[in-house]
Amino acid sequence: MTPHVTHAIASATARPTGRPTTRGARRRRERLRNLAFLSPWLAGTGLFFLYPLAATAYFSFTRYDGFTAPRWTGLRNWTFVFRDYPFFWPAMRNTLWLVVVIVILRVLFGLAIGMLVVRLKRGGGLFRTLYYAPYLAPPVAGTIAFVFLLNPGTGPVDVVLGHLGLPQPGWFNDPSWAKPGLALLALWGVGDLMVIFMASLLDVPREQYEAAQLDGAGAIGRFRYVTLPHLRPILVFAAVTGVIATMQYYTQPLVAGQVASGQIGGSGVQTEPGYPDGSTLTLPQLVYNLGFQRFAAGAACVVAMVLFVLCMAFAAVLLRRGTGLLGED
Amino acid sequence: MSRSRHRRLLAAATTVALTLTAAACTGSSGGGAVDDPNAKVTVTFWHGWSAPNEVKAIRDNIVAFETKHPNIRVKAVGNITDDKINQALRAGGPKAPDVVSSFTTDNVGEFCTSHALVDLTPFLKKSGIDPAATFPQAQLDYTRFDGNQCTLPLLSDAYGLYYNKAMFAKAGISSPPKTLSEFDADAVKLTTSTGGSYSQLGFMPDYHGYESTISHFAAQFDPTYFSGSGTSEVATDPGLKKAYQWQKKLVDALGGYRRLENYRTTFGDEFSAKNPFMTGQVAMSIDGEWRGGMIDDAKTGLDYGTAPFPVPDDLAADYGKGYTSGTIVGVASTSRKQNAAWELVKFLTTDTDAVVSFANAIHNVPSTTSALASDKVDKSPSFQAFLKIAQNPHSNTTPSSPNGGAYQLTLQNVGYAYESGRNNDLQGALDKAAKQIDTDVAQAK
Repeated sequence: MTPHVTHAIASATARPTGRPTTRGARRRRERLRNLAFLSPWLAGTGLFFLYPLAATAYFSFTRYDGFTAPRWTGLRNWTFVFRDYPFFWPAMRNTLWLVVVIVILRVLFGLAIGMLVVRLKRGGGLFRTLYYAPYLAPPVAGTIAFVFLLNPGTGPVDVVLGHLGLPQPGWFNDPSWAKPGLALLALWGVGDLMVIFMASLLDVPREQYEAAQLDGAGAIGRFRYVTLPHLRPILVFAAVTGVIATMQYYTQPLVAGQVASGQIGGSGVQTEPGYPDGSTLTLPQLVYNLGFQRFAAGAACVVAMVLFVLCMAFAAVLLRRGTGLLGED
Repeated sequence: MSRSRHRRLLAAATTVALTLTAAACTGSSGGGAVDDPNAKVTVTFWHGWSAPNEVKAIRDNIVAFETKHPNIRVKAVGNITDDKINQALRAGGPKAPDVVSSFTTDNVGEFCTSHALVDLTPFLKKSGIDPAATFPQAQLDYTRFDGNQCTLPLLSDAYGLYYNKAMFAKAGISSPPKTLSEFDADAVKLTTSTGGSYSQLGFMPDYHGYESTISHFAAQFDPTYFSGSGTSEVATDPGLKKAYQWQKKLVDALGGYRRLENYRTTFGDEFSAKNPFMTGQVAMSIDGEWRGGMIDDAKTGLDYGTAPFPVPDDLAADYGKGYTSGTIVGVASTSRKQNAAWELVKFLTTDTDAVVSFANAIHNVPSTTSALASDKVDKSPSFQAFLKIAQNPHSNTTPSSPNGGAYQLTLQNVGYAYESGRNNDLQGALDKAAKQIDTDVAQAK
């Protein structure tokens, strides 16, 4: 122990407790200053994340309709949602299907388009615009356009397929084709990922490709040993944000199902959730339906908590795997 | 001030604040409004009408109301959906509506049990209005729940049969069918196939075929959805089961579910001139009285007739009945101007001239006994058929439930599975549906 340290300890222990030392006062000031700098973030996180999260957890154990005061009901909402609510498990299966398929396809497709566009000698700007523009389309308008294009009775896609002698799927009117239709719609709006991948691809040092080529690496080898290591952080980012976004997939499946069903709710006419046959029903739709249409905010909070836990679990696994992918970095 | 005193004060202030907040959230729901009905106020009225003729009609009614009540101004906001109403009723505040109307009678149970809308019984008593003498029974049934009259009928809808006279004549059919066996035979006779599809379909029975829902069909079979104690009767009610069986038989007779569904995807929007009945894609349809107004407005020259929807052969004596529903109107429990709001509701729902002129303007059925008997009601034969359906003592509706139309959704799902052949065990499906409905209702309480 150095003389300085022993002196400091001795002086600290010699002082009566409760009277701040000069160093202690400085530390407290530093702590307060740090807190002041952090306060906007703390306030934002507390107000828009921690409080809603705690409130959602609390309401999930209550009978709450938004009008009268919440009434504690213990696990009733949880048992109802998991055991008795007929739409929960189909919505869960659909959501997981969409997460797996859409995230993988969007990452692969976004990367492929990005690689194609950066290699184009002529017309790169045009292709960038063509691929990016759908991403800017409002989700409702884009979905309605897709439903009309893929309408099995009047849509041009099935007409063309018919002329080519190919099978004409029912798309959003057929339970087995509705989710693939949604995946197509998600791929159509892949422009955001394309731009991110393009930026990352342009950032790869040319000399590394040249060195790999000199070492005899072919196109696949160059992609595997040069491109991919550079893209890994972007791949992890795309996967994590993709999972979170697809977990919250609401507008497109809702609009596609309702437009394709052709039904407008009214007396004696209940719009079918997830038309056709529940195939486009996702968990966020249940949150809205239970909480805002059925006055069952408690049960809606259960579904919201399930979504939160799933998102956290997916993100944790991906980040853990991603950290491994990133190697020593 | 000592720390403990600080804490006590803080606790007291928090308790008071929470109590006030809770009171503000829940509002007054017992009809004990204390606002001065003669004070100068502006009442906000949310409604769902959006077509120019509808907006003009409601505006005309409001002008008439303001002339009678110069101290009350009405701020009408149109094109409002049920979801927006639900949010506003929860939020309250100065911009929230005082009076709301909805096209969905299915939500009355939710509005009443949650006390989102006030019980109008004290207001009716105060104004000397006897609901039983003022409104037809079916309208009273769908505007209250469990003794709570939290809404009143603001015009009604009656469902009947629309048929294409030219197609009837071409097929050699002289009059609209009265029984379902006649109807089935006519539907087949009016159907012309082309390849794997149709060039003309007699009737679209599929449950996604717009108004072809199980609730609308079942009205012809006198269904009982709930027992007196509120438990589901759908598994034991013979009428409901027969309704499903009749529809499935017709689906098969017309070419089968898949073929009909493929044809359905060629239909245009229900509430447009591309409606399949208006384009001639179907020869007959079940629809509300408003369809006649839409056909007349479209000026396509469609020669159509209207009649009550046919009844089962064993209930032939009941011919003339149909499914009824309507628009409902109520006073928000968060409103601080409930007496003024009631004046508007009272005028819109009970003033005979107001009800009749509004009904004529938007092609709806009047919702009071005196308005139905009025000489000023639209005399056109196509509309008169619906007036008779609305007044038929055997006409019925889907009852209110504490969770709105959730039970109807359960029954619709039974229908989708049965018509498509995914589930041929109808009784088993109805047993399961009854249990589900009871579970859902218990969860909502």
